[in-house]
Amino acid sequence: MAALRQIAFYGKGGIGKSTTSQNTLAALAEMGQKILIVGCDPKADSTRLILHAKAQDTVLSLAAEAGSVEDLEIEDVLKVGYRDIRCVESGGPEPGVGCAGRGVITSINFLEENGAYDGVDYVSYDVLGDVVCGGFAMPIRENKAQEIYIVMSGEMMAMYAANNISKGILKYANSGGVRLGGLVCNERQTDKELELAEALAGKLGTKLIHFVPRDNIVQHAELRRMTVIEYAPDSKQAGEYRQLAEKVHNNAGNGTIPTPITMDELEDLLMDFGIMKKEDESVIGKTAAELAA
Amino acid sequence: MSLTVEENKALIEEVLKAYPEKTAKKRAKHLGTFEDGKPDCGVKSNIKSLPGVMTIRGCAYAGSKGVVWGPIKDMIHISHGPVGCGQYSWASRRNYYIGETGIDTFGTMQFTSDFQEKDIVFGGDKKLEKIIDEIQELFPLNKGITVQSECPIGLIGDDIEAVSKKKAKEYEGKTIVPVRCEGFRGVSQSLGHHIANDAVRDWVFDKVDPNKNVFESSPYDVAIIGDYNIGGDAWSSRILLEEMGLRVIAQWSGDGTIAELENTPKAKLNVLHCYRSMNYISRHMEEKYGIPWVEYNFFGPTMIEKSLREIASHFDDTIKANAEVVIAKYRKLIDETIAKYKPRLQGKKVMLFVGGLRPRHVIGAYEDLGMEVVGTGYEFGHNDDYQRTTHYVKDGTLIYDDVTGYEFEKFVEKVQPDLVGSGIKEKYVFQKMGVPFRQMHSWDYSGPYHGYDGFAIFARDMDMAINSPVWGLAKAPWKKAA
Repeated sequence: MAALRQIAFYGKGGIGKSTTSQNTLAALAEMGQKILIVGCDPKADSTRLILHAKAQDTVLSLAAEAGSVEDLEIEDVLKVGYRDIRCVESGGPEPGVGCAGRGVITSINFLEENGAYDGVDYVSYDVLGDVVCGGFAMPIRENKAQEIYIVMSGEMMAMYAANNISKGILKYANSGGVRLGGLVCNERQTDKELELAEALAGKLGTKLIHFVPRDNIVQHAELRRMTVIEYAPDSKQAGEYRQLAEKVHNNAGNGTIPTPITMDELEDLLMDFGIMKKEDESVIGKTAAELAA
Repeated sequence: MSLTVEENKALIEEVLKAYPEKTAKKRAKHLGTFEDGKPDCGVKSNIKSLPGVMTIRGCAYAGSKGVVWGPIKDMIHISHGPVGCGQYSWASRRNYYIGETGIDTFGTMQFTSDFQEKDIVFGGDKKLEKIIDEIQELFPLNKGITVQSECPIGLIGDDIEAVSKKKAKEYEGKTIVPVRCEGFRGVSQSLGHHIANDAVRDWVFDKVDPNKNVFESSPYDVAIIGDYNIGGDAWSSRILLEEMGLRVIAQWSGDGTIAELENTPKAKLNVLHCYRSMNYISRHMEEKYGIPWVEYNFFGPTMIEKSLREIASHFDDTIKANAEVVIAKYRKLIDETIAKYKPRLQGKKVMLFVGGLRPRHVIGAYEDLGMEVVGTGYEFGHNDDYQRTTHYVKDGTLIYDDVTGYEFEKFVEKVQPDLVGSGIKEKYVFQKMGVPFRQMHSWDYSGPYHGYDGFAIFARDMDMAINSPVWGLAKAPWKKAA
């Protein structure tokens, strides 16, 4: 068996991380890879398409019931779904209370100590929106994920988040050896999206490994709590995810140390593509009424 | 003999040599010598301690729970967070009180929410509610509850104010005080004192219903502010004020109660002993209720006489005359004490390093015994403390702010005082160096030291430390070489 590959999907909230990651991992499972998914989002929706479930019991909710994580057995929290993909959700508090970041640290430590990683080829971490605190950086710290895939689109804020995540990776790249595996563009049909995504990848010192076109079939699959790979294996979209899986697999643990850019450079990039105009400086801070006057 | 200004400078320079350049530069600002005529002691203070040094300071939680709130005896103070902060600060300041512990008073008990991993992840507000319910059931005679925040409370954003308000309502207007004294706030325990003072203002004073407060004032009402009754200090102070004809309506906070806090805005004068920890609330009462405050010093007869007269000057001639009667009454005790101990202590040199008011306040007591304080410094003093210190110290006194373990050892080694007065962490270091030592935070399990009675005990204790035959048997290593 090849060495364990640990990968993680990061990206702006709502960009389609969980959908992209579950479809890609389903395709990897088709290729015969043994997969473990670790959901690191208090919403606990990283495994629903694999398990056909609304949300599975999380490590932290079970631990809270039992008293502490020490009272849990790995079987209590590990569920097996499509093509024997193993699924764990870290879980966390309801919004606005407690410390979700500490929850991620607690559950990852629990999984490692209890042998959840034994006998798998891939561990995939699905992390919430942005690296808001140390806890959510846990998957990119020492001896955790080696390759990070950033899911983004041609929208300004998605690119901004991608750049921020790169900063987080850079911070841990030297101490822990984490690398940026590449960008995955989830099409939003913005202007010059492919070109912009490629240009950003260039600036960040990485590559756009796949451009996932928008296809409503993803919605149809989601409503059935399924991946496209399972729902419509012969569809064109399933083929796209298979290509992405192939590329991730062929990356073979390699990646680059990202070169994050400044906010100004990011805005320059948008200007270069004509999405933002230079002379637009004058409109900053003006309301619609003021501009009409 | 104390060292000269020049010798002190050379000593400080020598001590600083051990540090890296940047550290030396920063520490140099905290070390100095008092020179006559200067408005302060020439040192910086209330600045963050440096990494790598052993500081003697505490944290904001220590300042609130350990100092200001903890001694309020009929309230229950919850150490809110993981178990250690409460456990290791348990009953450590010997704030004496009268009452049935566990029934109507709770001073020597420890209450903690004992945070576990799940409380951090999911938040601890529900647990806090449950603890308050349990306290109400188990200790129905408690008169109020405070929530003393440990670090994680601020980090995870628990809403202890909402819990306190909700529970206060549920228990018919019970006093429940959330205190945001997370340990990471500020540079020392000093900010914790301030936060705790503000909590009294916002959650005690502002919540008192004037229609329900039946307190009847007298023209001679005073409140003792900033006496924590360590070893009974507030008691030996209180009797002097009462003998003068004043009525002590509150003790803040040693042997104090929530009712006393609530009544204090009715006082005619606030008498303030520990300026550092309670000047904030004294100033507030002056602004809001028009109550004047006066600092006093009950260490040693010289300062006690001065203070009694100063306090009396705020009242009528009867009180002024009474002050003289009190001073005369204790004259015999003082004369006898000094006659007994001064010959044994005359000329002995003392170095101090303590918190609050003591680095200056106890100097007079030593001088009454013919002793000399040659070095002093504050754990968490501010510039106004160092200004006040100028009234006490002599020209050439070595001053060290937030002294590090290393600096203190070096200074003592060089100055060779006859006595060091500091805390438990310092005690055994200096005793092993062959230097007599007294703990000046807790009075070394003795006390009281305040007031006339306290002075007699103080004199005995200093004599016992310095003139113990044990020192003749100990040889300091550096003396061997000589």
